[in-house]
Amino acid sequence: MLFPLPVFPAAPRRVVITGAGIVTALGLGWKRNAEGFRTGRTAFRPVTQFEVSRQRVRVAAEVDLPPALPATRLTPRQTGRLDRASAMLLLATQEAWQQSGCEPAENIPLVLGTTAGGMALGEAYFKQAVQTPHRQRQQPSRALYYQAQVQGRLIAEALGFSGPVTVLSDACASGASAIGHAWELLQAGRAEVAVAGGYDALSQLVFAGFDVLQALSPTVCRPFDARRDGLSLGEGAAMIKLETLDHARQRGAVILGELIGYGATIDLHHLTQPQPQGNAAVASMTLACESARVTPADVDYVNAHGTGTPLNDSAEALAIQRWAGERAATLPVSSTKAGVGHLLGGSGAVEAVVCLMTLREQWLPPELAFETPDPACNFPIVREPTQAKVEVALSNSFGFGGVNATLIFRRWA
Amino acid sequence: MSRVFVCGLGAVSPAGWTVSAFRDALARGEPLPVQYLARPGWEKPLRARLVPESSPRPAFLTHPRLRRTSPITHYAAAAALEAVAQLKRNNDPCRRLGVIVCLQSGCVQYSYRFFDEVLKNPTTASPMLFPETVFAAPTSHVAALLGNTPLAHTFTGDPASFLQGVALGVQWLEQNRVEACVVIGAEETHWLLADALWHLEHSAVISGGAGALCLSLDPALSLGVELAALTDVHPYIARRSRHQAAQDMRDQLPAAASDELLCDGRSESPRTNAPEQAAWDDWTGARLSPKRILGEGLMAAGAWQCVAAADAVAGGRFLAANISLVGVNQHAIGARLVRTGSISP
Repeated sequence: MLFPLPVFPAAPRRVVITGAGIVTALGLGWKRNAEGFRTGRTAFRPVTQFEVSRQRVRVAAEVDLPPALPATRLTPRQTGRLDRASAMLLLATQEAWQQSGCEPAENIPLVLGTTAGGMALGEAYFKQAVQTPHRQRQQPSRALYYQAQVQGRLIAEALGFSGPVTVLSDACASGASAIGHAWELLQAGRAEVAVAGGYDALSQLVFAGFDVLQALSPTVCRPFDARRDGLSLGEGAAMIKLETLDHARQRGAVILGELIGYGATIDLHHLTQPQPQGNAAVASMTLACESARVTPADVDYVNAHGTGTPLNDSAEALAIQRWAGERAATLPVSSTKAGVGHLLGGSGAVEAVVCLMTLREQWLPPELAFETPDPACNFPIVREPTQAKVEVALSNSFGFGGVNATLIFRRWA
Repeated sequence: MSRVFVCGLGAVSPAGWTVSAFRDALARGEPLPVQYLARPGWEKPLRARLVPESSPRPAFLTHPRLRRTSPITHYAAAAALEAVAQLKRNNDPCRRLGVIVCLQSGCVQYSYRFFDEVLKNPTTASPMLFPETVFAAPTSHVAALLGNTPLAHTFTGDPASFLQGVALGVQWLEQNRVEACVVIGAEETHWLLADALWHLEHSAVISGGAGALCLSLDPALSLGVELAALTDVHPYIARRSRHQAAQDMRDQLPAAASDELLCDGRSESPRTNAPEQAAWDDWTGARLSPKRILGEGLMAAGAWQCVAAADAVAGGRFLAANISLVGVNQHAIGARLVRTGSISP
């Protein structure tokens, strides 16, 4: 029963990650992405998914999907119905699931974060309904598969696990919120295993929306650079498999890292602009540290939300400095949005996997396009490929509407 | 085990902008009149039950954050304000309030307008519209309106997800992250949404509005109603059909008693109703089906069922109420509310 709850464990249970899957414009899978993030490769190119000729900005980080999706438990007909977002979600989930070495199992919660679900299907529905209103072909399936919960059900079905599907839509914090929510489920004893993450595909509505807000960079996405002039959009998905430590040990799973802290707050300053002093971001990082029982001095790397917009980065920079205090002066920070763009609902999850990569492989992801330090950013930006000792990594995600989420991971040795 | 109390209710529906109007419509038991939405390119309009204009205009719309917002935010805000009125009457402005908004279709009106503008000419599309298309926008506005909200989340899903929102609210209360939590289900109507629903279920009549439950661990705030149970989540998967999930949910709730109510999700559609009808075939007690009166309000309808059940218990008409949320494409979840004092602490 969801309520009344079984008696909580005396102490929160430790939660580890035993599988991770990632799809970005850098490529499919951990290996290609790790290589790309480690070397600071960027993946922007002209948009091909929809018409952008009349847009101010015409580039994004598009994913190259494989010509055919891998075989799963879905029928060819079901697989054929998967839209671009679902395909990326399937690939990321399958990688995480296979990496963890799990067999199909019952009652595993799937927690997804997305801002748009199957937006491209919604757009196709709109166009047909308006432009050829008497044509009904494909409209029923678009109306159904547009919905994120239906996409989630299909993914679970494809991989042979079942359990509640939960969809959080906290804008650009969705992926981190989903992972944080799954962490809380396991900590509280409501599940032994969960699969969580985020995804979003590029869509015309969203691309045009950021463009008309003049939030897209007409040059190069350079988070925290003094000359930054906006974000670049990307698409992708990342999923992780979380397990209680006891469960992972019992089955002899390979542990990729430990999720030790999660903090969430809401910034009520404005729908699209952060409070300039970054109050909610400070609170989010502080809460995450409290739950992780670490201090800023223990953190070795911050994967910033770092969109590259003037307002976000100045507020986040101030927040990092306020939260970290003296530690800020030596705390390495970078934003991997410089390489793969802002993945919206997918970004928090992708950046969580990047943190796992840094912990597993002991490097820091650089921002090669960073040129001009912003005097407001009194912390070192990682500017070139760097080997480093990383024991604890922190990831920030902040969304339209004000949800701020912070995840903290620890290396598993 | 914590005791969780319902300390406020809010409702915006085709019956009006208050729980009182909602209650009266349900008490009459007659389906509200159907209006028609023009569908461009078609002679035959689409059927809907629309939320009437509020008269006078709600005062909260003068709040700076709400001036340019869409109807879904207005509905969510009105329902939330009504649900937390008791907290405000207790003159406790320091009470930390969590906000959870649950949506299925979300901000369809502004999404339609904005995408229409983009297709016509993206260079002149309104930058004011785009942020309001985001699922998280109503949550953000409501949280800003209510103030002192350290936590807010947005769930999307089918209407049974409203009870996932309630479960998260209970978790926040039990972890002492908030002292009260308002859970809101909201939707707005548009011809495009009515068209999509028509494709999936011809006989359904689309509607919109919002429902809200305010929850607290403080018995002093209770309306006289407490949460006795939330069932497990019973997802629809290949090996468990919607019929089986509905039955599994029903099996976690008690048998009928003469002084108890079942608030179910049956609508005008026999096909959609069939799993729920079968699952509750043994129920011999009183039964209330808000969607049959108010229309297919999607997530708002899920919230209405909970509001109707809580209101019936709070008003003394029943000792307990079971809520059956058999979602359309995700999962079935049930709940049970009882009059405070009727379960042992």
